[in-house]
Amino acid sequence: MATKLIHTPLTDFDVSELRVGDQVLISGVIYAARDTAHKRLIALLGQGAELPVDLKGQVIYYVGPAPAKPGQVIGSAGPTTSGRMDPYTPCLIKEAGLKGMIGKGYRSPEVRKAMVEHKAVYLATVGGAGALIAKCIKKAEVVAYPELGPEAIMALEVENFPATVINDIYGGDLYEEAIARYAHK
Amino acid sequence: MNIMARIITCSQITAAVEQLCREANYYLENDVRKALENVLAIEVSPQGKEVIKQLLANATIAADEEVPICQDTGAAVIFLELGQDARIEGGYLYDAINAGVARGYTSGYLRKSMVFPPLDGKNSGDNTPAIIHTKIVPGDRLTITVVPKGGGSENMSAVAMLTPAAGYEGVKKFVVDTVKKAGPNPCPPIVVGVGIGGNFEKCTLMAKEALLRPLGWPHPRNEIAALEKEILEAINSLGIGPQGFGGRVTALAVHVEIFARHIASFPVAVNIQCHAARHKSITL
Repeated sequence: MATKLIHTPLTDFDVSELRVGDQVLISGVIYAARDTAHKRLIALLGQGAELPVDLKGQVIYYVGPAPAKPGQVIGSAGPTTSGRMDPYTPCLIKEAGLKGMIGKGYRSPEVRKAMVEHKAVYLATVGGAGALIAKCIKKAEVVAYPELGPEAIMALEVENFPATVINDIYGGDLYEEAIARYAHK
Repeated sequence: MNIMARIITCSQITAAVEQLCREANYYLENDVRKALENVLAIEVSPQGKEVIKQLLANATIAADEEVPICQDTGAAVIFLELGQDARIEGGYLYDAINAGVARGYTSGYLRKSMVFPPLDGKNSGDNTPAIIHTKIVPGDRLTITVVPKGGGSENMSAVAMLTPAAGYEGVKKFVVDTVKKAGPNPCPPIVVGVGIGGNFEKCTLMAKEALLRPLGWPHPRNEIAALEKEILEAINSLGIGPQGFGGRVTALAVHVEIFARHIASFPVAVNIQCHAARHKSITL
């Protein structure tokens, strides 16, 4: 099991190097966005309008952080369930050029198909380890929809943010492989 | 006969709820920590072991820095056991509870996750309203339990109106299938609360109450304790493992609660809880 260092934004070559089960440490800027922000982004794409954030080559982290205490960059910031963003994700990959997503849990067949066809990857980080993960976030700034509170889009500057590759561009799926390997009848 | 009722004030209740909201979110319960430490030795998958280590490290940071274990600090689910001889003074009990939730989530830097109306709502800004369940019990005390319940695990929960013919095997299959379908989504290793019997709403409430039982305590009835053990073994044979990365430890515990049922009905509910299994109680 390899540990790979990756920097955002990602190129087609960067994602082509990643394989299911790889441990990665991400550095650079990633964008926090979840349910309502996705809904709004897709509405804008539908109208042919410009997005508040250029997502070409970028990575979205499905997170709604806890508020920062005085002196903190951000509160606890672990992943939320990715599947809720499935209806929106293929469009963001195809039309906005999104290259990576970080969250937890299953993706739909449509999202997996879009990842293979347009070269994007899906990573998971540990759900319920939000206090630990927050240590990798060095700067956090709301860049759109501040009125959504924990659902606002934020630019997060991360250093060695740990994640595991769940779906690569070759159609692999770690969750399926894991069950095939560890289930006993 | 003039018996003086024992008085509990609303300000006492608000202060207690404020503190419980913060503590439940910052401090992993000892029984849960112990369960995670125990399964570290059982887990065979290297990625699964790594997850458990991260969860333990996370709990230490959360406690040391008084920050939430998880950013999803939940809907505030509150269980009250109100002694029938106690008297609440200084306002309405539920207002006092909600005031405590609003204060706890604000002063504790906890995430506010409640939106209203549900179809297309706005964030209430202080995590109210709480979801309150009240039981009237003998005595003159008030026990308050705060259960911050996250969305990720709650969304994977399910209820089935089985038929009596489904029996023991039917219950087992429904619980295991629910966990299988949930896969990595509810942040395994999970705690599985099961309610068997009662009716539609009673079984779901029992499933939630089952999550409050300390880990490692089997059901007092032998046949139910055996069912808990059997379901746990079946779940841990699925291979899902910590975070779905594969392994033997998909659940830390299965807790079953039971109630009488109608001759025509066989309701079963499964409430899934993430590994943090947050809850804190106080008796006033």
